[in-house]
Amino acid sequence: MTDNRFTNRSELIGILVLAVFLVVILPLCLDVFRLNLVAKYLTYAFVALGLVICWGYGGILSLGQGVFFGLGGYCMAMFLKLEASSVENTKIQSTPGIPDFMDWNQITSLPLFWQPFHSLTFTIAAVILVPGLFALVIGAAMFKRRVGGTYFAIITQAVAAILTILIVGQQGYTGGINGMTDLRTLKGWDIRPDHAKVVLYFFEVGLLFICILIAQFIRHSKLGRILVAMRDQEDRVRFSGYSVANFKIFAFCVGAIFAAIGGAMFALQVGFMSPSFVGIVPSIEMVIYTAVGGRLSILGAVYGTMLVNFAKTSLSESFPELWLFGLGGLFIAVVLAFPNGLAGIWQDHVQPRIDRLISSRKPKSESGWTDNSVADGAPAE
Amino acid sequence: MFGDYSIGDLGSIFVMQGFAGLILFSVYVLMALGLAIIFGQMGVINMAHGEFMILGAYVTWMTSNLFQSYLPGLFSGYFFLAMILAFLASGALGMLVEWVLIRHLYKRPLDTLLATWGLSLMLQQAYRSIFGAREVGVELPQWMLGSLKVTDSIEVPINGVFVMGLTVLITIVVAYVMYKSRWGRQVRAVVQNRIMAGAVGINTAKVDRLTFALGCGIAGVAGSAFTMIGSTGPTSGQLYIVDTFLVVVFGGAASLLGTIASAFSISQTQSTLEFFTSGSMAKVLTLLAVVGILMLRPQGLFALKVRK
Repeated sequence: MTDNRFTNRSELIGILVLAVFLVVILPLCLDVFRLNLVAKYLTYAFVALGLVICWGYGGILSLGQGVFFGLGGYCMAMFLKLEASSVENTKIQSTPGIPDFMDWNQITSLPLFWQPFHSLTFTIAAVILVPGLFALVIGAAMFKRRVGGTYFAIITQAVAAILTILIVGQQGYTGGINGMTDLRTLKGWDIRPDHAKVVLYFFEVGLLFICILIAQFIRHSKLGRILVAMRDQEDRVRFSGYSVANFKIFAFCVGAIFAAIGGAMFALQVGFMSPSFVGIVPSIEMVIYTAVGGRLSILGAVYGTMLVNFAKTSLSESFPELWLFGLGGLFIAVVLAFPNGLAGIWQDHVQPRIDRLISSRKPKSESGWTDNSVADGAPAE
Repeated sequence: MFGDYSIGDLGSIFVMQGFAGLILFSVYVLMALGLAIIFGQMGVINMAHGEFMILGAYVTWMTSNLFQSYLPGLFSGYFFLAMILAFLASGALGMLVEWVLIRHLYKRPLDTLLATWGLSLMLQQAYRSIFGAREVGVELPQWMLGSLKVTDSIEVPINGVFVMGLTVLITIVVAYVMYKSRWGRQVRAVVQNRIMAGAVGINTAKVDRLTFALGCGIAGVAGSAFTMIGSTGPTSGQLYIVDTFLVVVFGGAASLLGTIASAFSISQTQSTLEFFTSGSMAKVLTLLAVVGILMLRPQGLFALKVRK
């Protein structure tokens, strides 16, 4: 096993480059408004990262990542909303001290499931545990019965549809189609001014790197190898005595928890949460970020997310008509021509040239930036 | 929720809502028949299926406008021509899509999902550019309006009965083509084992293309029926795609009979619940029930016993 270390040199360089890019270059080059946009994109990068583990390595395509993004985001938003709806802030309501949308919907007391969200500790636990347990239940129900592939994709999609309709329909408890808006403070610290946004940005980048390192660790551990083996030859892994279902459930839960962290950061960073980030369309868009970045590349997911969102923002600002054509064309092009996304292009075209340039000094480079030697189903040993 | 109604009232409500659900049932069946062929038989996840349906709806709308302007005398019969045109238009588009896109992806079923999703976005934008973002509605001919009075409290809408009959007819034709004709045998052979089918002399590329076109064409007819229950807009099809996939999966992907049974149970559950709760809760409860049953019985209602 040559590749059993936590990370190898070229990957380490890749991570450092990304760190410098996010921590030094972007904050220096962009104004606060643009930096805030990047921060919003990066919340999706958490989801894309989860999909790399779940889809790229585990082979489980989930079209319901928006569900977990939304659950995480709503947990955080509920806490922030409760803090924003203190008795002083909501004096004009007929029932002070409850969120404004409840008052509009003639609800006179805080529902029971809202009560614990007064506590930040509980909220942070809920951000991780609610989506994690939900993924555990769905995963256990599906994978233990050996439902996978397309069926799983369609059922997760249905779950996304159900949750969206439910949130929109239960306006009094969830804020309905508008979502939870007007989030103000976190433990008395105002999250709205520019300097708070910058602090949150750095906090978010820190969290993102923790997740990247966790993903790296999973991939280089024995667990990651079993995931890849399972994706390529499920029966052989099962016949070797591994519980395939448990590994799949694990990968799905990791993907869900990453997505939920992204959702919670979204609520903090952008200051609202709405069902338009939960449903089928955003969920599939999240899959596309991963596909564009390269479904096998942990760092590619981050770049892919930023690139697609940047293209989306600039195209829909200047040519709103063209945006859907562009996005649709991107989907098709990625699937037909570049199944491994940006990372694949890097791997096949850029990396060899760099290697050739430095090969006079060094005999042979270790496995590349995306580590396709493991991921592509080639023998891992 | 049933407490406030007497038994007789409840009976009438169930019958009335049942007939109101008929058109929904027909749209589901027609959509799902196409999808059962494309997804159940070919294994292609066609996320653009809703857009093929909407193409049929737009064709119906254009036909009705043409008849209104140029042939007002024949307006009462425009629907029959519209259906045929819808079938041909969606089928032709399906053939083109298969040739450009799908045929490269038969070995990667999950990737067809992403590619066809991209296709559906492009089609939506195309509809928006061509027909405008506003939703359009089709005017029904006189004889389809109104309803038949069966008893004092039960009325049956005529267009529902008409669409229902049509659905039955198309279902029978599709079943005959798939299970009795020579071409249907070729389709099933190709689906089961593309390489072997090619080896015994079946032109698999041609069969694939026609199968995909047939599925899309049926979606076009579903679009014609859809114009009776809703107005047509660029994104109307997207609302139905998840439901349709659930219908197909719930019925057991490879079984046409299962597709019909599941379309019937889903549409009737939803339609009946809509009377007692809000529309959104009816949808949530129906979908939850379907997902719940699928978790207990992942192979769907009518599973074929096949060796993998």
